[in-house]
Amino acid sequence: MITVKTFAQVRELSGCGQLQVPFEAGLDVASLILRLQQQSPAWHDALEGTVLCAVNQTLCDSSALLNENDEVAFFPPVTGG
Amino acid sequence: MFVQVSEADFSQQTLYDQLLAQCDKPAGAIVTFTGLVRDFNAQGPIDGLELEHYPGMTENALLQLVEQAVSRFSLANAAAVHRIGRLANHDQIVWVGCAATHRHHAFEGACFIMDTLKQAVPLWKKEYQHGAAQWVEPKASDDQAAMAWLKKIQ
Repeated sequence: MITVKTFAQVRELSGCGQLQVPFEAGLDVASLILRLQQQSPAWHDALEGTVLCAVNQTLCDSSALLNENDEVAFFPPVTGG
Repeated sequence: MFVQVSEADFSQQTLYDQLLAQCDKPAGAIVTFTGLVRDFNAQGPIDGLELEHYPGMTENALLQLVEQAVSRFSLANAAAVHRIGRLANHDQIVWVGCAATHRHHAFEGACFIMDTLKQAVPLWKKEYQHGAAQWVEPKASDDQAAMAWLKKIQ
């Protein structure tokens, strides 16, 4: 399974802070996004526009390949400091 | 080197003492920066803010920046502290300390950590205003400041 986490606007728009998604060989971030967006209009809106992605807590782009038990997080550009 | 991510307030003196005590060579300069919650935004007065973060990644990302600063500017030590949760206007929100043999490197290290923190550490501010809360939009000027450090590497 892949653990998906969301933060800030992405968490609020999707209405879901964490969920499990079945892993399949060859899954990359882009296809995970597509799969989530097909789930509901809320997920579609949550992952539209500028959304950053971290795989196992490291920033990645959408071509990153996923492995079983990865943790994938989606969130907006950061605003700390 | 140390980082802290906590809801609790911090003492600048305690952090300064810890930074100095853990220097790996004698320091000739210490630069510290403290960020406070501003009481206004472009729309007018605000009533504090709330900080969300990504537990685990926040600490790791901060530590990476601190390590990069130490190696890039030959620092004797560096540290970064960020608060999370509900903060009131004028509260302390972020602290960065850099110790170096000479002041120039200490200033540069502190600048580097603050500029890159605003692009690479998963923290999000939500401001309270007129009884409603709104996510803070990232500033283009913050992006440019972080990019400037990246360009200097190349």
